[in-house]
Amino acid sequence: MVIGSARDIVEECGVARMLFVDFPLGNPCGKPGDRAMQQSIISLALDVVDTAIAPRTTVQAPVHWGSDNWRSAFMEVGDHNIEALRAAGAKRREAQVTS
Amino acid sequence: MAERADRQVTHRSHVSYIDKSREYYEASGYDQPYRWAAFNEAPFTPLTKPLAECNVAVITTTYLHHHDSAHGAPATDKVVYHHPVADRPERMFTSDLSWDKQATHTDDPESFLPLGALTALVEDGKIGQLNHRFFGVPTEYSQRRTGLDAATIGEWCAEDQVDIALLVPL
Repeated sequence: MVIGSARDIVEECGVARMLFVDFPLGNPCGKPGDRAMQQSIISLALDVVDTAIAPRTTVQAPVHWGSDNWRSAFMEVGDHNIEALRAAGAKRREAQVTS
Repeated sequence: MAERADRQVTHRSHVSYIDKSREYYEASGYDQPYRWAAFNEAPFTPLTKPLAECNVAVITTTYLHHHDSAHGAPATDKVVYHHPVADRPERMFTSDLSWDKQATHTDDPESFLPLGALTALVEDGKIGQLNHRFFGVPTEYSQRRTGLDAATIGEWCAEDQVDIALLVPL
C-alpha cells in the first residue's frame, strides 16, 4: 500500500494499492500538526487495503490543501528563470566532473 | 438543482511530476530524461484476515540522521535500515529529498511517518498491532539498487510476520 502525492509516478510504476493525497510533496499523511486529518488518512489507507479487489486500485483522499498555487510553482520553468536554471545546471555538471 | 462546483479548471489539476521533472532538468541542460520504472504487471495479494488482527509496518524514504555530505555529514551512501517504533523520532532528516520546500515543511514527522496515527488505531481496535520496528529505504537513481533494497525489506517484513506494509515515499 502506497500513501503518496506523486500520483503519476506511482501509477506509471504500478502498485497493488495507492491512497493519493493531492498535496504538495512532503506531507502525504496529512497536514503538519493536524492529528485528526492524519489519522483519517491512515484509517482510509487501511480501508483501501481491506477492500481493494484488484491491483492498481487508486483512491483519492477527500482532503484539500486550501490553495492551488503550489501546483504551478513547484519546479517551475519560465522566461524568468530559464537562464538561471541553465547556469546552475552547468555549474552542477562542472562540479561533478571535477569531484 | 445542480450543485455548484468548488472549482473550475481548464487543465487537469493533478500535477505530473514525470513531466515537471523532465522539463526542469531539460531546462537545466540535462538532455537525457530520467526513465521512470513502469511495470506492465502490478502485484496484488488480497487481505485474508480482519484488519483488527493485522500487524502493520511503515516504510519511509526519510532518515534519522544527515546522510548527505552537502549537509556536513560523512559522505557515506544511505542504506536500508530498521528502527524500533518504541523510540519514535521527533524529527527526520529530509533536506536531501525532493519535496516542495516552498509550499510546506517536514517538521512534523507524523505528516509522512504515521507512527502516532497507527498507535491510535491500535488503541481503537482498528488494527491488531504496529510492527515493533519501521523500515527505511534510500531514494536511489538506480532501479536495480532499489530492487535489492526492496528484497531486504521484504525479508524483514517476513521475519516480523507483517501483514500490511504502508510505503510512504517523500
